[in-house]
Amino acid sequence: MPHTPHISRRDLLRAAALVPAAGALAACATPASQPPATSSAAPAATSAANPFGVADGKPLEVWIFDGGFGQQYATDIHQPLFKSKYPNVEVKHNSTKEITKVLQPRFAGGNPPEVIDNSGANAMDFGALAQDGQLQDLTALLDAPSWDDPNVKVRDTIDQSVIDIGTYDGKFSVLGYVNYIHGIWYSQKVFTDNGWEVPKTWDAFLALCETIKKSGKMAPFTYAGKHPQYLYEPLLTMAAKIGGNEVLVAVDNLEDGAWTAEPMKAAAERWAEVGAKYLMQGTAGLDHVQTQTAQNKYQVAMLPCGSWLENEQKTTTPDDFAYAMFPIPDVTGSDAMPYGTLHTQPGENFIVSAKSAHPQAGMEYLRGMLSKKAAGDFSELVTTVTVVKGASEGREISPGVTSASQAVAAAGDNTVYYRAFAWYGPLNDEAKAATGELMSGGLTPQAYLERMQKKADEIKNDSSIKKYTR
Amino acid sequence: MTLEPRRGVSLYQRYRRGLFITAFLAAPVTLYLIYVISPNLQAFYIAMTDWRGVTATPAFIGLDNFQRLLGDSVFWKAVTHNVALLVLLPVVTIVIALFFAFLLNLGGRQGVSGIRGSTFYRVVFFFPQVLAVTIVAVLFQQVFRPDGSGMLNGPLMALGLEPVGFLSDPDVAFWSVLGVLVWQAVGFYVVLFSAGLAGIPRDMFEAAQIDGANRITLFFRVTLPLLWDTVQVAWVYLGILAMDVFAIVWVMTDQQGGPDWSTTVMAAEIYRNAFEYFRFGYASALGVVMFLFTVGFAILSLRLSRRERIEY
Repeated sequence: MPHTPHISRRDLLRAAALVPAAGALAACATPASQPPATSSAAPAATSAANPFGVADGKPLEVWIFDGGFGQQYATDIHQPLFKSKYPNVEVKHNSTKEITKVLQPRFAGGNPPEVIDNSGANAMDFGALAQDGQLQDLTALLDAPSWDDPNVKVRDTIDQSVIDIGTYDGKFSVLGYVNYIHGIWYSQKVFTDNGWEVPKTWDAFLALCETIKKSGKMAPFTYAGKHPQYLYEPLLTMAAKIGGNEVLVAVDNLEDGAWTAEPMKAAAERWAEVGAKYLMQGTAGLDHVQTQTAQNKYQVAMLPCGSWLENEQKTTTPDDFAYAMFPIPDVTGSDAMPYGTLHTQPGENFIVSAKSAHPQAGMEYLRGMLSKKAAGDFSELVTTVTVVKGASEGREISPGVTSASQAVAAAGDNTVYYRAFAWYGPLNDEAKAATGELMSGGLTPQAYLERMQKKADEIKNDSSIKKYTR
Repeated sequence: MTLEPRRGVSLYQRYRRGLFITAFLAAPVTLYLIYVISPNLQAFYIAMTDWRGVTATPAFIGLDNFQRLLGDSVFWKAVTHNVALLVLLPVVTIVIALFFAFLLNLGGRQGVSGIRGSTFYRVVFFFPQVLAVTIVAVLFQQVFRPDGSGMLNGPLMALGLEPVGFLSDPDVAFWSVLGVLVWQAVGFYVVLFSAGLAGIPRDMFEAAQIDGANRITLFFRVTLPLLWDTVQVAWVYLGILAMDVFAIVWVMTDQQGGPDWSTTVMAAEIYRNAFEYFRFGYASALGVVMFLFTVGFAILSLRLSRRERIEY
């Protein structure tokens, strides 16, 4: 009836205003509900030289975490190597310090880049990526011929721990490129000048701490108090040395009573004693750079760290400092694992996105990275050890890397690692909080372990958290 | 429904006016809908999914996340810190700011002008407000350093005292955070209260002085009642600040809310769960709870601030 023209004009206006708004709303925070179009078209033909079938002319996008190692190794070493073989594949190089912020929307939007160096404090959660099927299964990479020698598989050119640690849901999906070797670091110059010996037993370690303390020259021990993960590392390694590798396996698998086991208790008590007696003043409030710089200034003798230390400190280290590391000393005299047992863990994690446009090129890029030349050049450029066997042979390497490499050689098969903290972020944060308290005397070793056990049980019983086992 | 022709015409008149207003409001309202209202509504939906931030098809899990957060001890610790801030931050800031504003405006000999150098102090007090929060946080990390290079511990250690772990001692860290928040907020409220004081007619103070009121009586019997409106505004602002305090905690404290969760707040736990644990669904549920707390606070403060105004 009175369908007057002015009313319909209002309707029109209203409709005109709402249509774009509705369209924009649909594209907002919630993920796109339709599964992304499978863009990986039929792969190009494979051959011995091109095992994954890299498509000629189809670009490859690479994102590098611009952290301690910078990004120069990618543009100067890895990418030229890849280009030398595939000149028609355009390599789109990118770098960021904020992997999550930049790339998480790309995953949610269904167009992730091919290769990601998912590292640093702002890395994406591997568990979340694995759970959503975003990680390309890299088993094909392991079984492919190595870049250098077609008769040797990639699998045989890298450390076994890389494969163990990079496996999610039975599929090898994360390639740790750098081998992080953990130990107690000191200056060879300081030890030689003062006649201090590397302690082989825990009693000798405590005696050394006492000697250093009494000498008044420097504090015996420190760690990055603001980041107590630097201390739960030697604590857990010690527990594994006392009770065997299964101690850490139990922790990783969230087993009942894993934290309250006897070896854990022995380790927690030992480190709590160090916390009470031998820490540099103010340790609890200092970060890794501040404590490491204090060591460079000869204010403290020893600190627990990984093999990235030397590269990280290269601007503040005196020329004759001569970094070196020693493994966790013998604790009980009847330790399950021998002297020299080391915690080594691959890091600087590279992934290929399963849902990217060109995962074949991504895998080929990683295969190039694992060539002896690429890995060796990388080692030299950023002074560190890679996971590629023998890559640094015959190259000029710094004292710290030499010491770490020797420790690895001496350890042989006696290496341990843990993964629970990478799998379960909340467990990691609780371990940081509680370890800090243990070292500053706020928690007894018993209370510390009970608290960790409680958190582990909480995670175990939380159905929303995906569980992993090793 | 039938409309009479005359009414139709008057409607048309009204629409013309409405159209004019709509033309101006369309753009901002659309932007507001898309970038504020819609994400907020979507958060309610995401809170009921198991979204981990990368999949395109999150599963709907109902109220599981809310049930889970009831048992999340870290989150409830964060809530208690927010509540403590909600009480302490406004009280401490307002008391200090009122005291300074009073001295700067009425603290002089005659009681009608500020103490000597008050214009200079006014500028100095406002400085912290000008600094970005992140800069303040990094600055105070240095101030609170636990060794001899710390601005506070340096002198303490020079006097032969034990250094205080301002950020590393779980019993102290919360108070350090509160201290920084107050330090940064006071300047603004000094200016706000100064403006409020300037709006009060001078003859009121003069009359009170002739009647023999000293500075303390002047403050409690004249200044404060006349400033009550401004104080309420300050209270609401500071309450909001206490609810969404994040940057100082995240940047300044050890382990981002530590040590040992002693300084964490709701916003920090939301951020941690979303961007560190990749539990976007759960983080959204925490966000919904924080939203309810904020709305509750807003209603409460509106109710409590209904008070008769003094006309002058």
